[in-house]
Amino acid sequence: MGVIAGLRTSGAIAAGKAARVASRMRGGGSALPGLVAERVDPAILQHTLGSLPRGVVVVSGTNGKTTTTKMVVALLRAHGLRVFTNPTGSNFTRGVISALLGEVGISGRVDADVAVLELDEAHALKFAEVVAPTHALLLNVARDQLDRFAEIDHTARLLTTLAEQTTQAVVLNADDAFVSRIAGQLAPGVGVQWFAVDPAVADRLPEIQEADVRFDDPADAPTLGDQDGLLLPHDERSFTIRFPGGVDVGPLTLRQRGLAAMINATAATTMARVLLGPDWDAATASSALEAVHPPFGRGEVIDVDGAPLELVLVKNPAGFTVALGTYGNEPVATMIAINDNYADGRDVSWLYDVSFESLRDRGVSVTSGVRAWDMALRLRYDAVEVDRVEADLDTALDAFLGLHRGEPTRIFCTYTAMMHLRRRLATRYDLARFGEDPDA
Amino acid sequence: MSAAHKGEVHLVHLYPREMSIYGDLGNTRCLAARLRWHGYEPVVHGHHPGERWPAQAHLVLGGGGQDSGQVRVQDDLDRQADRLRELAADGVPMLMICGMYQLFGEAFITVEGRRLPGLGVLDVTTTGNRTRMIGPVVLDTDFGTVVGYENHSGSTVLGPGQQPFGSVLHGEGNNGQDRTEGARTHNVVGSYLHGPILPANPRLADGLLEIAARRVTGEFVPGELDDRIADEAHQRQVVRLTGRRR
Ligand SMILES: [Zn+2]
Repeated sequence: MGVIAGLRTSGAIAAGKAARVASRMRGGGSALPGLVAERVDPAILQHTLGSLPRGVVVVSGTNGKTTTTKMVVALLRAHGLRVFTNPTGSNFTRGVISALLGEVGISGRVDADVAVLELDEAHALKFAEVVAPTHALLLNVARDQLDRFAEIDHTARLLTTLAEQTTQAVVLNADDAFVSRIAGQLAPGVGVQWFAVDPAVADRLPEIQEADVRFDDPADAPTLGDQDGLLLPHDERSFTIRFPGGVDVGPLTLRQRGLAAMINATAATTMARVLLGPDWDAATASSALEAVHPPFGRGEVIDVDGAPLELVLVKNPAGFTVALGTYGNEPVATMIAINDNYADGRDVSWLYDVSFESLRDRGVSVTSGVRAWDMALRLRYDAVEVDRVEADLDTALDAFLGLHRGEPTRIFCTYTAMMHLRRRLATRYDLARFGEDPDA
Repeated sequence: MSAAHKGEVHLVHLYPREMSIYGDLGNTRCLAARLRWHGYEPVVHGHHPGERWPAQAHLVLGGGGQDSGQVRVQDDLDRQADRLRELAADGVPMLMICGMYQLFGEAFITVEGRRLPGLGVLDVTTTGNRTRMIGPVVLDTDFGTVVGYENHSGSTVLGPGQQPFGSVLHGEGNNGQDRTEGARTHNVVGSYLHGPILPANPRLADGLLEIAARRVTGEFVPGELDDRIADEAHQRQVVRLTGRRR
């Protein structure tokens, strides 16, 4: 990069930093500074991230990105690496730039060994056009409700293109035909590592991931090698990750429950092991995973006057089904809050692709959000009793907590409903600041 | 005949695996539940590609799908074409959403200009588009106002004399130009509306199953249904999107 380009980058960083200060003073707008810098110099990412000594890891897929990214970061930090990552939930290119601006000096250097970035499918591709990832971890392809991913085939293509841009190694989900098929599309010399679930529990997978209906037979499952990670669940919370050619990770217990979280841990561990090579240590990995807190909204537990309130983000049929399966065997007082803003997915049809029968015994205390009545209607068709329908989130939350004082409670909510509820809860209870992770 | 058994009504959902994206199977579930609430006995058949056609079919449903899903059902749909055309002409109620609505039309013209013939039950022609029509919809129809959600890239034009399913009060409809949505011939309704369309539009749901019940048993004796939740969900969308109650 020539002098002029270098100056442009410095100018971009200065402009972005100024915007960041300005937007902070106004108290919001985390995407804005990134937008400013991106406009000044789109190569800013390339300049600052392209030269990190241990590379750039991109985590993508429909479900589990945030949790998995946190786990990869925790694993690498536990092994002594300095890791740059984008803050929880800001999985857009601009969010990455915003985060960078907080960390780089005016020289444009970021003080890290490696970057681990959570990017959604479309933005991962835009990102890769500027910075080729050295490593990509691809989790799954499910139907998401954001309108821009109207077609699952389209989403699968985006991930395939991302993998094609990756320069050193990809880690793929062997159990997801949309993802495993990508192995045939890589540049020469790019390594493939797999993560997979023990075939003994594979019958539980259809409930948490999308089946590819194009073929009568499941696509030929890849054969696992020595360096691939195999998940062996022991119960709802404890499991072992087996690398046939190495030392087991675990048995260990996560702070988050359920098969989906274990699969995320297996994916993250396989990725970290590839990246660390000879520096890898199984015991270090195991304790790092056990210390990871669930990202806010993903099974976050809030202490409400001594009783636990769980906030569970739901955004698509596979995710909601996982959440119900994870929590269904411990029924507690339940509220469901469904908004239909852009970030929630404006179409609520997907609620009919989820079975709510596990809520039948206990019923649902309150449905809320803009589509509170549609949610109640959906439950009626699964013969789940609803005590109260209250579209206003604040009123609903007060009623719900009032009705179940001192009891454990759980709220399933779409994205903007979760943001709203969490903001409300944050003012009352001792929560990490809105949008921030307690230990990010 | 007991009160809880006014007669069996057989529902056939065409291609539930390939063509029921965005909760369209919810339409079938809704009809089955409402038949039961009205005192009839629903029998639901999922018709998969290559399978034998069920012995009885009183109401036929189909939904939207991925391009790949449409490709997979094409051969079977060709095999069932004559039968479906006969049932339609005979007055069997059918509800075809999105992709299946297009396949029930005269033809689909791809983005590349290729003409793929449809069943021709509805005189509509759909042209592939690069931009999608996406968003919530309110219609005025023979079944009252109808709310739902459209998500289609095809732009559909009605042939001369083809009756639409409804007129658009909010949203894009068939093509974003002529304010028509869907198509209706005999008792076959084609529409782009997901939602799924039936649960929040109980008048449409009951309209379809009333026709089916009359054909099977000679009459329709409605049960006492509590539709307060459905009516509220429906009315809230109408008010929110059109600015007033209708
Ligand atoms: Zn559609």
